[in-house]
Amino acid sequence: MLADKDRIFTNVYGYQPWNLDAARARGDWDNTKDILAKGQDAIIDEIKASGLRGRGGAGFPTGMKWSFMPKESKDGRPSFLVINADESEPGSCKDREIIRHDPHKLIEGALVAGFAMRARAAYIYIRGEYIREAETLFAAVQEAYDAGLIGKNACGSGYDFDVFVHRGAGAYICGEETAMIESLEGKKGQPRLKPPFPAGAGLYGCPTTVNNVESIAVAPTIMRRGSAWFSSFGRENNKGTKLFQISGHVEKPCVVEEEMSIPFKELIEKHCGGIRGGWDNLLAVIPGGSSVPLVPAAEIMEAPMDFDGLKAVGSGLGTAAVIVMDKSTDIVKAISRISYFYKHESCGQCTPCREGTGWMWRMMERLRVGDAQPEEIDMLFQVTKQVEGHTICALGDAAAWPIQGLIRHFRPELERRIADAGNMAEAAE
Amino acid sequence: MPTVKVDGQEIEVPAGATVLQACELAGKEIPRFCYHERLSIAGNCRMCLVEVKPGPPKPQASCALPATEGQEIRTDSEMVKKAREGVMEFLLINHPLDCPICDQGGECDLQDQSMAYGRGATRYDENKRAVTEKYMGPLIKTTMTRCIHCTRCVRFSEEIAGVDEIGALYRGENMQITTYLEHAAKHELSANVIDLCPVGALTSRPYAFEARPWELKKTLGIDVMDAMGANIRIDSRGREVLRALPRVNDDVNEEWLSDKSRYAVDGLTRRRLDKVWIRKPKKNGQGKLEAATWDEAFKKIKAVKPGKDIAAVYGDLLDCETMFAAKALLGAMGSTLIEGRQTGMTYDTSNLAAVNFNTTLAEIENADAVLIVGSQIRHEAPLLNVRLRKAVKRGAKVFIVGPEWETTYPATFLGNDLGVLNSLSADVTDAFGKAERPAIIVGGAALGRGALGKALALAKEWNVVREGWNGFNSLHFSASRMGGLMLGLAQKGGMADLVAAKPKVLLALGADEVDFTQFPDALKVFIGHHGDKGAHAADIILPAAAYTEKAGTYVNIEGRVQRSEKAVFAPGDAREDWTILRALADALGVKVGFDSFDQLRAAMFANTPALANEGLADLGGELPAGGGDASGIIEAYPVADFYLTNAICRASPTMQRCSAELLHGEPLAEAAE
Repeated sequence: MLADKDRIFTNVYGYQPWNLDAARARGDWDNTKDILAKGQDAIIDEIKASGLRGRGGAGFPTGMKWSFMPKESKDGRPSFLVINADESEPGSCKDREIIRHDPHKLIEGALVAGFAMRARAAYIYIRGEYIREAETLFAAVQEAYDAGLIGKNACGSGYDFDVFVHRGAGAYICGEETAMIESLEGKKGQPRLKPPFPAGAGLYGCPTTVNNVESIAVAPTIMRRGSAWFSSFGRENNKGTKLFQISGHVEKPCVVEEEMSIPFKELIEKHCGGIRGGWDNLLAVIPGGSSVPLVPAAEIMEAPMDFDGLKAVGSGLGTAAVIVMDKSTDIVKAISRISYFYKHESCGQCTPCREGTGWMWRMMERLRVGDAQPEEIDMLFQVTKQVEGHTICALGDAAAWPIQGLIRHFRPELERRIADAGNMAEAAE
Repeated sequence: MPTVKVDGQEIEVPAGATVLQACELAGKEIPRFCYHERLSIAGNCRMCLVEVKPGPPKPQASCALPATEGQEIRTDSEMVKKAREGVMEFLLINHPLDCPICDQGGECDLQDQSMAYGRGATRYDENKRAVTEKYMGPLIKTTMTRCIHCTRCVRFSEEIAGVDEIGALYRGENMQITTYLEHAAKHELSANVIDLCPVGALTSRPYAFEARPWELKKTLGIDVMDAMGANIRIDSRGREVLRALPRVNDDVNEEWLSDKSRYAVDGLTRRRLDKVWIRKPKKNGQGKLEAATWDEAFKKIKAVKPGKDIAAVYGDLLDCETMFAAKALLGAMGSTLIEGRQTGMTYDTSNLAAVNFNTTLAEIENADAVLIVGSQIRHEAPLLNVRLRKAVKRGAKVFIVGPEWETTYPATFLGNDLGVLNSLSADVTDAFGKAERPAIIVGGAALGRGALGKALALAKEWNVVREGWNGFNSLHFSASRMGGLMLGLAQKGGMADLVAAKPKVLLALGADEVDFTQFPDALKVFIGHHGDKGAHAADIILPAAAYTEKAGTYVNIEGRVQRSEKAVFAPGDAREDWTILRALADALGVKVGFDSFDQLRAAMFANTPALANEGLADLGGELPAGGGDASGIIEAYPVADFYLTNAICRASPTMQRCSAELLHGEPLAEAAE
């Protein structure tokens, strides 16, 4: 279990105020000038050495992402950092805790990361529904400006750096990096084709890096305590600490910072008081937010909660939003609800996702009550395969995976419902 | 020049090519809906998926993927086939099965591609989506349930037209394409989205349910609604022209066509002059027109005994053959009094290079500084406006002298006073001083006010004619203008010379813009196809053929000689213009030297050899020096109503409706329920 001294987010529960004085007391903004004085390349190297992988879901090494940014502007274009606070994945609620209780970690991280990638400014794109959180963030940014921590000559380092907060209007797809850039530019939030990648031409056509809130917020602490400290947690290739968000049928749902690679069972036992009704009552777990396939109880128990460990059981870490479902769950209804979410949030730009999400949801609704033919299960699986990998962004994949997970692990349940509804054809004689 | 392998065939492709282009070079057909050569890449239909190595183990959108050295592209693998079937199935699940009542039937990309790449049968059991129809104006009919969201129309209006008229609302499967607040699309090229639409979502409103494409006879023609010489395909059935569509010609109209050129064709069956009319004498005022025979009409003309007191004025829509026949007839009578600048405009036509669009339409895209003097380009030459927009996108600066109009690109207006040309401000002179490819465009409003000399002087000052670049341009808006000038049909003093000559007979060849009260004593013979202003003033009306009813040669503003073919026969007693003039010669007892159309053409080529070859004519000669100061205020541009510029448009119900609704803001006339 992660020792208290090793926690990065020391105010994740809001026991202390969020404001600058309290943040300083917790160690934020402590001689940030010194961190910046190490130089851009040193910061990127340190982040690389720490093994930090992006906390937004894809798990791309953060240091490497920063190093893709141009070292100098050859044509006068500035660089930008965009911070993805459009946390809309069902089950995820970590960025919200960071922003409302520890916003200065994020703002300081923005400065450190922005400085390291030679960005002119950071744009924090915050989810539209996060109203109080946005208020806090606006106030915190103002505090930081007033204290000279950002703006002209940020922290006395001689580096000019602005932080802008932009509120979204409530669209899940704007959490996709290029859709976020489009939205920031004032257009309809639709993902762009890649290439060109944002590091080459992103916001307003300038080199841009888009990072998750958590990835940015841990950066200053890594710089202060060193990459060796951060990489002492977790397994190889899955280093560091992570905010886990456990929801669903556990005794005490919570957001907790833990070591990467902690086994699922240990995570639930230590922080959530166990599964409701005991471990035998566990049905399945969606370990990384709604877009990853579910994992049945037997397979998840001992699985290490990290990128590679969950990949091995056919799922993913995602944002580490652990959705626990016990045996009282109507699993088909649960997945159908997730399908509805993706149907509702598809941007409508490219064909497979626009048409496929609606089709999949409607079929799921029929399967929920058994109003289907057994061969339609295979057809549904084929449809998910026709969506997966055929779209511009990953929303198509995210819509397909939960259904694939359901069919893979709960096919007997689907067939039982079809049979109960009297739609199972008699076996050929 | 990267080398790639397409289905095992090695091929070298130009640098910067996409995988889709590489496949096409290799002769492989790649199905597509959203991709269009002249629009930006959207990559959203996903129909063009191919397998590419190296790359992720999933199919890639070939339209958006750059071709790079050593790529192995497969268009025939199982993965590609599955991907195409999958996308096709998705496109079809919510597409209505209403092909039998859809106007796109027979020329529908979705129909064709579903036959070629689709699965045989449907697996979709749910209800289909329905979308309310959107109002897009009098030209575009919408059936948005059929929309496959390729966004070609959105990209066209944003990128080519330069107006934010069409966009997408809502998201996911509720996404809808619509105009802003369901206002009508008002841009003069708006109807091109109908051609771009790969399905039957946007179809032609005036042409709705008129015909199937396979019933139509297709004739290659040249448009005469403006002076651009846009290449069109005339689709006709029986004796009726049903529609005009653009043909691809990168040098002229690319593949666009202005709404007027596209939709004025329904005017070809209305208000037509289909028999001979003679005005009966009356003591006070004008007598009534009465139907007559050709013989009676010719006798009446002969009775006047015009001798050399005969003059002709030609209209805006005429072909070179008709004008030449008129010239030959007048020449045989001993007269040279022919003029085509009907409203009395005069400018020096002794050097054709000075009144030509020398830069050419294709090259004007490369201009980096443009001075427009007295032209409302959007109304006078909408296709040129598209080119100018491209130039501005590439960094050109545009300055305009004349009343302000809504440009589709950033431009600086320098005021109404032509006098501003005498002392241009520093930003203009700086821009032209630095420009590598400067261009001056002198429009009708300036030509008519004597600004040609000053413009030529500026051209000399700024050195707009240089190695590989000629930046001096006059911009006409009459299809007959350059042809007429090349045939030498202009008077020094313009119409005033004709008035002063007091002719006994005035032949009005489709001339509807002339003030005929200037000729109170002349016998006014109108040879034309529409009962418009010219026919109202005429004493004798001889019915002739419109541009779709005769073969002809046309010269566009850049001096490009193009030929148009005959699509249909003229209605009733109407005859092709040259035959009327030939018969008139017999009646007047003179010889014009040709008895057939071929002989007429041969005589015309002998007279003006530049017309013999299709393509850009060599107008020769350097620009005259010009000189003098410009003065005068441009109160208004010559084209007052874009949709009603000639007799055909004025007879067209579609154009009348466009004018009323789009320019004069009358509400849409809906049938009462």
